[in-house]
Amino acid sequence: MNTTVVSRRAAVPDLVLTLGAFLLGLALLLAFLSVAGFDAAAGLAALWRGAFGSRYALLSATLVPAAPLLLLGLAFALAARAGALNIGMEGQFAMGAIGATWVGLAVGGWSPLLAIPAVLAAGLVAGAAWIVVPVVLRWRFGVTEVISTLLLNFVAEAAVSWAVTGPLQEASRSYPQSDPIAMSARLPRLLPPDRVHLGFVVALAIAAVLWVILARHRLGFVWRAVGASPRAATVTGRLPVERVAATVLLLSGALAGLGGAIEVSGVSAALYQNLSPGYGFTAIAVALLGRLHPAGIVVAAILFGALQAGAGAMQRDAGIPAVAVHVVQAVVILVMLLATRRRG
Amino acid sequence: MSDDAILIGFGAATVRVATPLLLAALGETVSERGGVLNLGIEGAMLGGALGAAVGAAQGSAVVGLALAVAAGLVAALLLAAVSVWGRADQIIAGTAVTLAAVGVTGLVAQRTFGSAGAGLELATLQPVEVPLLGAIPVVGPVLFRQSLLTYLGYLLIPLTWWLLYRTRFGLELRASGEAPTSARAAGVAVRWRRTAGALLGGALAGLGGASLVLAQVGTFTEKMTAGRGFIAIAIVVLGRWHPGGVALAALLFGAATALQYLVQASGLGGVPWQLLLALPYLLALVALASAVGRARAPAGLARDDQEES
Repeated sequence: MNTTVVSRRAAVPDLVLTLGAFLLGLALLLAFLSVAGFDAAAGLAALWRGAFGSRYALLSATLVPAAPLLLLGLAFALAARAGALNIGMEGQFAMGAIGATWVGLAVGGWSPLLAIPAVLAAGLVAGAAWIVVPVVLRWRFGVTEVISTLLLNFVAEAAVSWAVTGPLQEASRSYPQSDPIAMSARLPRLLPPDRVHLGFVVALAIAAVLWVILARHRLGFVWRAVGASPRAATVTGRLPVERVAATVLLLSGALAGLGGAIEVSGVSAALYQNLSPGYGFTAIAVALLGRLHPAGIVVAAILFGALQAGAGAMQRDAGIPAVAVHVVQAVVILVMLLATRRRG
Repeated sequence: MSDDAILIGFGAATVRVATPLLLAALGETVSERGGVLNLGIEGAMLGGALGAAVGAAQGSAVVGLALAVAAGLVAALLLAAVSVWGRADQIIAGTAVTLAAVGVTGLVAQRTFGSAGAGLELATLQPVEVPLLGAIPVVGPVLFRQSLLTYLGYLLIPLTWWLLYRTRFGLELRASGEAPTSARAAGVAVRWRRTAGALLGGALAGLGGASLVLAQVGTFTEKMTAGRGFIAIAIVVLGRWHPGGVALAALLFGAATALQYLVQASGLGGVPWQLLLALPYLLALVALASAVGRARAPAGLARDDQEES
């Protein structure tokens, strides 16, 4: 199924729309919190403290989740610009984390210059591998990737559960988690002791590369043409719609897998269950808020990274469950869909 | 345990586990026949589950059912407002509705039940034996010693068929899903029909969530629907958008899930339990691949009502 998710022409200037949608989401969440009887003011204060309130909040909280959100946001946007919908990033992230942990445990004797690229490559490969089945189902059987990628999220969850109680479980076998990966396989911190790590720079670099490809390269032109009008592309016969869909989905899966790898290599250093607090779905909001443009996605990833960081503080300090942020994500998605939908 | 007892236990568990899927999938069938692919059905089920738990915690399963239907309707209304009337992409909008439901149910559950959450003493729906039919060997205990919601599911199979194929509303709904532009030219209020179809789907998904809480699990936990709404969508495809086919497909998925109990009961070691956990989702993938070519989705499915299909 090819879908043009958003048109590139908006009724309102970009930055106003982006910030407006985000603030509207926050406002609706606070209104809901008040109605439900939570202390919304304390929640907002905790949210701000946790996200931007200090150097620590920004560099050790906000920018840490911003890195995987940026990669996954790019993953969604890349496919969506070419008319394919990858709703399975949560699963590809998990498989990337499994792959990265597996390699990370094995490269103890290597130099970091080799070990880190190996771990990141494992994430890329595992993420791409996890989307092969949806790609084949679409290519051979015409099954929409929307449902197949979505269903595989649950299979990936079961796979992580199996890995951390089976082949990758820590040597002492006490908890469902892996042993820590080798020190040489861990992404260095950018500004120690703050927790923001090299993965954020990797994600920024990929955003820049994608920007160039989408705006300047022939490939980007073909992808956008297919995304803009799959029917025209099919009818003219000049553009290989299905080949483009397969390519962008594989790349999208690889990027989402890389997200899982940098999370293991830069943050958790081990494999756990529920490593992602729903990044795969948050990233859809990130991509739409960024108007499917790499530069916009960088801004959106930092905003949602802040929200993720703030949600942690909100749960600790104001007793408001962190799942509350899903309300903001939902509002952002719906507002962006409505504000940028096709007219006619 | 004797082989018969194991088999009957497996059959009864299959029907019990299939009930939420059946209710949600019948609703989704109606919705998709009208052209609305509702990925928010997962959220509607989750809302229904919470509504049922809140009502049952007050001591009344009936209040729980009413709240479950209301929650499902709200979720479907949101999707219809944004995608049918606002003409936004159905798939992404449905994902957003599910996200919203995860957030809202998490907050309301925390507010209502506190952080402890689980271990509630709920007024659940106990199995009711149907007189005479329940006494039939094997078939009786499998099909006719179930909760009232399962019997509602049985009734809804012919009712949905009748609605879709024997009423004017059903004809107009299917026209709105197959060829919205032509339907409009023929005087059908396409958006209202699509809205009605989506709302029916939401209400049934809410009931599906309720049956998960009241007749199966007996408590509410965050994200407890665990993709059952998405599986219901696969069931609709496998059932070829037809109520009878959908009922059989729901039963198949119920069996895939109930297999866990069978394996536990018969003590087949060596199979990682996570594989059994993943089985329904893998089965859904196979179902999608095998259903293509034999079935055709409504031509206007997940399309805007202004688009030529």
